[in-house]
Amino acid sequence: MKRAKGDLALLVGTGLAMALILVALTALFGVVLVEGVPRLDLAFFVEAPDADMTGGGIGPALVGTALVTLLMTVAGVPVGVATGIWLAEYAPRAGAWGPRLAAVVRGAVANLAGVPSIVFGLFGLGFFVLFVGGQLDALLHGPDAPPIWAQPGLLWAGPTLSVLTLPVVIVTTEEALRAVPGPLREAALGVGATRFQTTFRIVLPRAASGIWTGVALAVGRGAGEVAPILFTAAANYLPSLPNDPRDMFMHLGYHVYALATQSPNVDAARPTLFATALVLLSLSFALSSVAMVLRARARSAT
Amino acid sequence: MSDATSSTRRLGQMRTPLWQRAAERGLAIIAMSAIAAVVLILVFILREAAPLFVDELALEAQGGLSSLVRARTWEGYDAPEHVWQPVGFPGKLNILPLFAGTLKITLLTMLLSVPVGLGGAIFLAEYAPRRLREVVKPAVELLASVPSVVVGFFALAVLAGGLQRLVDATYRLNATVAALGLAFAVVPVVVTISEDALRAVPRDLVEASLALGARRWQTTLGVTLPAALPGIAAAIVLGFGRAVGETMIVLMASGNAPVLDASPLSSARTVTATIAAELGEVTPGDDHWRVLFLLGGLLFVVTVGLNEAGRFAVGRLRRRLRAEGVT
Repeated sequence: MKRAKGDLALLVGTGLAMALILVALTALFGVVLVEGVPRLDLAFFVEAPDADMTGGGIGPALVGTALVTLLMTVAGVPVGVATGIWLAEYAPRAGAWGPRLAAVVRGAVANLAGVPSIVFGLFGLGFFVLFVGGQLDALLHGPDAPPIWAQPGLLWAGPTLSVLTLPVVIVTTEEALRAVPGPLREAALGVGATRFQTTFRIVLPRAASGIWTGVALAVGRGAGEVAPILFTAAANYLPSLPNDPRDMFMHLGYHVYALATQSPNVDAARPTLFATALVLLSLSFALSSVAMVLRARARSAT
Repeated sequence: MSDATSSTRRLGQMRTPLWQRAAERGLAIIAMSAIAAVVLILVFILREAAPLFVDELALEAQGGLSSLVRARTWEGYDAPEHVWQPVGFPGKLNILPLFAGTLKITLLTMLLSVPVGLGGAIFLAEYAPRRLREVVKPAVELLASVPSVVVGFFALAVLAGGLQRLVDATYRLNATVAALGLAFAVVPVVVTISEDALRAVPRDLVEASLALGARRWQTTLGVTLPAALPGIAAAIVLGFGRAVGETMIVLMASGNAPVLDASPLSSARTVTATIAAELGEVTPGDDHWRVLFLLGGLLFVVTVGLNEAGRFAVGRLRRRLRAEGVT
């Protein structure tokens, strides 16, 4: 009898915990979906906000999010993939210092992944905007010119976000490369390919799905982050689209934050708010689904 | 035959072309970017905060550097107090209430998240049939990918009202609302890592325990759980770090009043939310600006410290378990 009681208690207890998690997940998605959908129409995706941001659409915020995410990807993914390749393919064979240096790099990656997103915001402001931008200003326009480059804008938000998402790309790339069977490399090297040819023509294509998983995860993470762009680029209300990389821009996540906390008329803003949150949620949902599909494909391929 | 052998030898001896060696060197240099990023973050945050320690006039109006943490009898106050109130003259910049707020909200979050997350992980690893697991696990990962600003908004718009209907809270937005929101971000971390740790426990251990006559639940709690402890410890430390560093959820849901107060139903303001809310309004280079960067530097040191402590604890526990022959 003791057996039934103990087992039942643990099953019910842990089952309830799991159920609670699923209820919370369903509640979040459900409420945002139900309250957000009625406000959605084609115009919502195209138009600029109006009437104190309670009316109109989220067109500029969508474009701004797409642009900054694109810039982040272009600036960050090649660096992350290169690091992953070095860690998996070169460091273990680079003499005595290779593995040791790789351990330091992995430690840095692990710590970078744990750094709070708001700290990336401070870093983006202190390094990209004030330091890099300031140096550019001094170089191009003389020491006393008014700041042209040393201003928050797209150009600085993209790289800030790419530093934030770097660990995701590095870790998934390294894992994907490690999953490629060793004999494949030995065969390529055995028929006379150089290490470089083996890595880029034989190993890398086999790891492609895994690497794209990392890219999808990084884009999903980067597109939803608000804290790093608070001081590096996001604008509260800017109906025109950025036409210079130094311009500020509207952003989906920031739009949700601004509407939820600074709206002059909370009740009137509510439908727009839920609809914007729904769009952002769907975006990250879609990207994590892509990542999951790619990962499943990577697992079955190797 | 001899032709084939010599051609293989020739191929094997072929030198790597110069451009390939250059590209490989480039790869090694780029690979150092993660180290560079960590160093640059620390340097450029401390660069803005450093004048506090160098400039003798820094924080003069409020009584020097030590007044950042020491209680002070401010003008119009009867007793020494820790106050964060940067607007006004002189600005009152005492960072203790902010760290107290972070601690309060983080502890509440862990109180909610650890039992639920660990319970969920045990259910997934020990009881859930394969089919159910294959649906539930991605769902939990999905929860982890929800942008924190959406969770913050959900906490503000839905959870706050719900809590107020349950208990009579003076402030609609308070530490408990923030902790509930943070649990959305922390629970997936705890579940995924703990579940991996539980499932990594060798089958022979479990089977040996069952063969000796232990019940299933006794095996789970007495054998599997202790063997998975390093992973579970890592899950809790990483979840804690996530809670300390999370910004948007607490910024939107905590009420943001910087008070020294242990009540879970009073408003609180965290270190992260303070930086997020105030940096945009500050004149670059003044004391308030410097202190906000100092807060960022401290946050960086705390989270990196937690991370390293977690990594160290996991390594040590693992070594000990290996020495005892558990894994």
